[in-house]
Amino acid sequence: MRTKLLPLLFVAVAIGLWSLVSSLQIFSNLVLPAPWEVLEGFVEEAASGRLYQDVVASLFRVTIGFGLAVILGIPFGLWMASQPVLRDMMLPVVNFFRNLSPLAWIPFAILWFGIGDAPAIFLIFIAALFPIILATFAAVENIPSVYFRVANDYGMEKGEILRKVTFPAIAPQVITTLRVTAGLSWLVVVAAEMIAGNDGLGFAIWDARNGLRMDLLVSGMIVIGIIGVILDRLLVQLTKIPGVRWGYEQ
Amino acid sequence: MSSKTEEPIIEISQVSHAYGSVRVLENINLKVMRGEFIAIVGPSGCGKTTLLNIISGYENPDEGSVCRRGKLSMIYQKDGLFPWYTVSENIELSLRHITKSEQRKKQTLSAIRLIALEGFENHYPHQLSGGMKQRVELARALSGESDILLMDEPFSALDYITRLKMRGELVTYLRERPRTVILVTHDIEEAAQLADRVIPMSSRPGSILQVREMTPPRPRSLTDPAVTNMVGELLKLLNLQNGHHVVNIKKGEDHAL
Repeated sequence: MRTKLLPLLFVAVAIGLWSLVSSLQIFSNLVLPAPWEVLEGFVEEAASGRLYQDVVASLFRVTIGFGLAVILGIPFGLWMASQPVLRDMMLPVVNFFRNLSPLAWIPFAILWFGIGDAPAIFLIFIAALFPIILATFAAVENIPSVYFRVANDYGMEKGEILRKVTFPAIAPQVITTLRVTAGLSWLVVVAAEMIAGNDGLGFAIWDARNGLRMDLLVSGMIVIGIIGVILDRLLVQLTKIPGVRWGYEQ
Repeated sequence: MSSKTEEPIIEISQVSHAYGSVRVLENINLKVMRGEFIAIVGPSGCGKTTLLNIISGYENPDEGSVCRRGKLSMIYQKDGLFPWYTVSENIELSLRHITKSEQRKKQTLSAIRLIALEGFENHYPHQLSGGMKQRVELARALSGESDILLMDEPFSALDYITRLKMRGELVTYLRERPRTVILVTHDIEEAAQLADRVIPMSSRPGSILQVREMTPPRPRSLTDPAVTNMVGELLKLLNLQNGHHVVNIKKGEDHAL
């Protein structure tokens, strides 16, 4: 109860102060739009259907880009952990790309894919792929060898060991990484759409800024933040699966 | 209740092993009889775990051979339970050969009853105490079809009081489900209390110092004079009688006190 009420209290006080400052008209609306203007802007965007379209566009890009990174990154991390030659060859490469800001790819993303869904999906994919590969690889490397001995003792076959030992053993760490990279994807989609988009929430706030509609800019920011929190809350549900709790309670 | 027979179940002949240039085991010869409880004691690094790994077939010796006439099950010091499996699921690992799930469930329940963990069937290992976890390991190892139980420092991660309790429980479980046991431990007291034969090992390279028959037959109390005498003798044999490892003190050389 307390953890729910205290943040609400804070938000209420902050909006109160914001309203107070706005009603005193210390700053121009371009510097700080009033809360009621933001609300009006939000209602306007929602009523016109643009908000809905932008949310769907952004979520679509994140789903595809992040989904591809998960589908390819986890198997590649597993493969890297099982092949010493591949590990030695690829570990520095993966590390390099993981430390390269995905935003540095924006020029190429536009040159190769133009404007729209493709460059954003590409950037999200690049941003999420390398951390997922690395985390999967590291999680496999850290599995205590005694688990494999036990699996062997009780006669598990190779494929069975993968399903019944490797996967559950890395699950908690991989889930944590999925949370982090999903958050990262949500950050990247906004940046990508600001530069290489013609719709989506990132485009919407950039468009608002170009039209000097600070009310729409702020309402867009709030929507982006709230959706980010909801995405994380959804992924937190994965940590509640009984078979992975051990990874978070030790 | 020693159920020792004259039928050898494990024969270790002239086993030597090295890791690179480090000789770990030197000419180990040992015959273990069916139903016997053997304790191998020695300091860390004396090669006792390597010997256990060779007995279990996990490692092959450089020289010599091991002949086993039975199925093995192994108990590890820690992390032997899968944390993503419940107590029942972990125990069921040793019952995988039973195809009828009804029968498997029945045997799992009987194993849980043996270790008095009724009500914890659906708990995960991280929700159990250290002692409870080792009990589940014991239940798993004893519910399979194995003839031989290999234990690698099974109680050494537990606190002293829990360790004492676990010894008593091991004796009880073995009465219900007899096995040939090879226990590797650095706990001299544990070896003297539990085993039919105690085998102290020297280190670098690990070799058998002596083979000591324990009388009276098990079970024994910790305060049994035979146990306390054996503890004293083992301390002497392992050069630990003054409570510290005696080393030659030469000038400029590190020495332990």
